[in-house]
Amino acid sequence: MNDQPSGALRRTLNLARPDEVYNAIVDAHKGLDDAACRDFDARLILLLANHVGDEAVIREALREAAPK
Amino acid sequence: MSSYTYRHYPYRRPAELDGAGTRRPVVIVGAGIAGPTLALALAKRGVPSVLLDEDDTVSIGSRSICQAKHSLEVWDRLGVAAPMVEKGITWEQGELYLHDRPVFRFNLQPEPGHKFPAFVNLQQYYVEEYLVDRCLAEPAVDLRFRHKVVAVTPHADHVALSVETPDGTYGLEAQWLVACDGVRSPVRHALGLPFEGEVFHDQFLIADIRLKGDLPKERRFWFYPPFHPTNSVLLHRQADDVLRVDFQLGRDADAEAERQPEAIDRRLRMMFGPEARWEHEWSSVYTFTCRMMRRFVEGRVIFAGDSAHVVSPFGARGGNAAVADVDNLAWKLALVVAGEAGPALLDTYDSERRAAARENILNSTRSTDFITPKFPAARAFRDAALDLARDFPFARALINSGRLSVPTRQPDSPLDTPDGEADWGRAPGPGQAMLDAPVDGETGWLIDRLGPDFTLLTFGLDGVPPPLPARVTHVGLPLEGVARQRYEARAGTTYLLRPDRYVAARWRTFDAAAIGRAVARAAGKELS
Repeated sequence: MNDQPSGALRRTLNLARPDEVYNAIVDAHKGLDDAACRDFDARLILLLANHVGDEAVIREALREAAPK
Repeated sequence: MSSYTYRHYPYRRPAELDGAGTRRPVVIVGAGIAGPTLALALAKRGVPSVLLDEDDTVSIGSRSICQAKHSLEVWDRLGVAAPMVEKGITWEQGELYLHDRPVFRFNLQPEPGHKFPAFVNLQQYYVEEYLVDRCLAEPAVDLRFRHKVVAVTPHADHVALSVETPDGTYGLEAQWLVACDGVRSPVRHALGLPFEGEVFHDQFLIADIRLKGDLPKERRFWFYPPFHPTNSVLLHRQADDVLRVDFQLGRDADAEAERQPEAIDRRLRMMFGPEARWEHEWSSVYTFTCRMMRRFVEGRVIFAGDSAHVVSPFGARGGNAAVADVDNLAWKLALVVAGEAGPALLDTYDSERRAAARENILNSTRSTDFITPKFPAARAFRDAALDLARDFPFARALINSGRLSVPTRQPDSPLDTPDGEADWGRAPGPGQAMLDAPVDGETGWLIDRLGPDFTLLTFGLDGVPPPLPARVTHVGLPLEGVARQRYEARAGTTYLLRPDRYVAARWRTFDAAAIGRAVARAAGKELS
């Protein structure tokens, strides 16, 4: 709804094992071509977006992740 | 080709050709869905109208087939819903398929307790036939076939028309002209008014066929079915064992080749198998646009239905929006013609129905973008939602094969009184359509109890005869049952409903002074 920075998106570490999670994400893409990566990421984003549930958080993440 | 027998309604030589006629309060151009509905609604309010149509029969082709609950409620008050329900196919459920497997089912009206179902599928020619028959039986509707408007000249206090007939051209003056003359609106063109929006390039094929057998009474939508693996297919059942099959063909299809009966038969054989036999009813290769006019009221010319706004077919938001337009317009125009309200009341038709058109266009555009993704990432997300839908219920809500027509919201209208109390939940508030419910111990329907103009709905106030302003009908309901639930009623809860069945105001206690102010406001008495 609102495009202003809401401060809703967490900016500090929220992962107990950051290296494990980061590498799990990267490794899951290993061997996939670009089209397969895009499909995989689309499923992953929808799953995580629904889990997050908060529209303000999702919109802020979309803004922060967008190419600058 | 069609099993429907088109009647040709008689042309009659107009009196104006043999001497000047009088200025008419309302002239309506176009006897499709919107025009006759408006003429009948005005007649019910004592306003006579002239209804002009350039040909002499009903819709060629089945065209707009999904008649929504809110349209049926409007037509019911005009006496034409019963034959539509009788003739049409009642449906409320749908099923969505991915490849060769069902993914999920949906029910558009999951709870009982409404006089009308979510949808009745009925070919547009039947809808128009019933409306025309009713118009021909109504003395206050002067329906003229083969009367074509060829010139429109707006003046400060009237609109002058030139109308062409087989016997020559005559002049006709109207206090108000309502253009219900479709997406190519000759009236809009005559006035040089813009019709802006988005053009979509994907092509679709409608094949309406008569197919014997056990036909589904539900909406079915396939993404990537084995019988049409690159695109989507939509299936609807209509009256007379007619099926509507709508194939997405893509941008690059050869429309001329696709519309050949042999090409259509090839697609149908893939879908229904080599044993199936059918006859062709009607077919059409189409693309579509989403457009709307900048204003729906231009001086004394009013636009309604497709002439004012047009959407893609996904969601059944064309014909049903047209009915909602004229339901919004009829009572306002009647008050203005009667001198009980100023022309400013018609500005609220413009603002409320433009808000509705924007909502319809937004929904229609989103459905279209889902069905025909415009860029590779859009397709990836679309396919991701489809992939996830079988195992993850949340993803089913993302799948958009058409958000089917429900009454639009018309927020912040100057006719409505904002809520004073804050303790309302999901009950319909100002700017939202009222909800039907069983009443009188489940023997009747709330929509049948509404007055011809405004209705004051009270809960738990039996025995208190409230003094009410003119044009307000009181419906007192006990504090029980489905109605109490749908309106979140407590003792004293009061709703003011407009003639078009939208909520104008609501209160937790009966307050005669507040009701009087809200009625005056809803009737346009506070507009400048």
